[in-house]
Parts: sequence; C-alpha cells; structure tokens
Amino acid sequence: MPSTDELKDRIEAAIPGARADVTDLTGGGDHFRATVVASEFAGLSRIEQHRRVYAVFGPEIGGPIHALSLVTKAE
Amino acid sequence: MSDTSNPIRDAISEAIGEHEVILFMKGTPEQPRCGFSARTVAALDSLGASFAAVDILPDPRIRQELSAISNWPTIPQLFVKGELVGGSDIVTEMYESGELAQVLGVEPQSGESPVADGAPMQIENRLS
Repeated sequence: MPSTDELKDRIEAAIPGARADVTDLTGGGDHFRATVVASEFAGLSRIEQHRRVYAVFGPEIGGPIHALSLVTKAE
Repeated sequence: MSDTSNPIRDAISEAIGEHEVILFMKGTPEQPRCGFSARTVAALDSLGASFAAVDILPDPRIRQELSAISNWPTIPQLFVKGELVGGSDIVTEMYESGELAQVLGVEPQSGESPVADGAPMQIENRLS
C-alpha cells in the first residue's frame, strides 16, 4: 500500500524542483490528494500539468492508487 | 482477425464526436457510483448544462480504450466539442472560476457551490 510520503517523494524525484503535498483522503491508503507546485508547469495547460503527475505513477493509477486528486500550479 | 479492428474504441471516438458535451463516468447521472463522478455531474447540473453520459462500469474495456484515446488515466472524463476538458479536479476548478460555464456556453451560476471541496466522498466502486 503506497504511503503519502512515498507518493510525495516519487513526485518530487520525477519532476525536478517540484514540491508536493500529499494527503490520504480516506485513510485507506488508496485515495490520495496531491498539490504539486513546479516551475516546469509554466506554459502547460492544466490538463498537461495533471498528465505530467499521473505519468509518474503510470498504471498504478486506477490500480493500487485508486484515486489521485490533483491541484497543480506553476511556480 | 485484424489488429486494427477495435469496435469499442471506434464507438467511443464516435460518441465523443457526436455529442457536444459528453461525460464518461462511473454509474449514471441519476445514480453516480463514485464521488468524483457525482461531483462532476453536480457541477454540470448546477449550470443547467445538458450532456450525454456514458457509464464505463459495465465493461472494463470501455475505460481501457477511453484512457488510450484521451491519454488520461482516471474517471470521470468530460469532453466538450471533441476535446478533453478534464476530470473531476479540473472540472471543479473550472466550475468555481466560471470557466466551465464559458466552455459550455451557459450562464455562470452565482451563489453557493454544490461541489464544495469538503464534500464527503462516496464509497468508490471497486469493480474498475
């Protein structure tokens, strides 16, 4: 079961300079919410910003990570 | 059997092309089976927007093919004029900022948000 710390670390490792704040929405370890701020989001649409974060987890989204709710911001 | 024959993918593409506003969701607008889908329907309903809805739960291939087309891993997915607008997070943000009304070409709604952030999530459907 993924932890909020694991998700935070993986987002920050995959997106250089990103700061991620991850919470477990239900306490069940499978519904998460992440706020991600990154300079590389500048110039990207919201859809593209979210795709960038989803791409960190690939097929885990919808699998062990049942839901990942996102708020993304450019730095 | 040809590898290029993919009736489910074709049907999804066709539906996206045919309906100006179409929501792929878990359950139906009357009976959403997931909190994220429910929240997205609530945003559309409160703007009085009419939309087509497709329940992705009856066949796991629908979700698989939809995500392959849209390059978007989660459900719900809202398309307007053939373009992916977003999932529940983006639709909620756009609802709150008034952008959703603009995209849908309807009057923005003033007053209380029916899709408040703190709304309790429904139990997620586990079949998907």
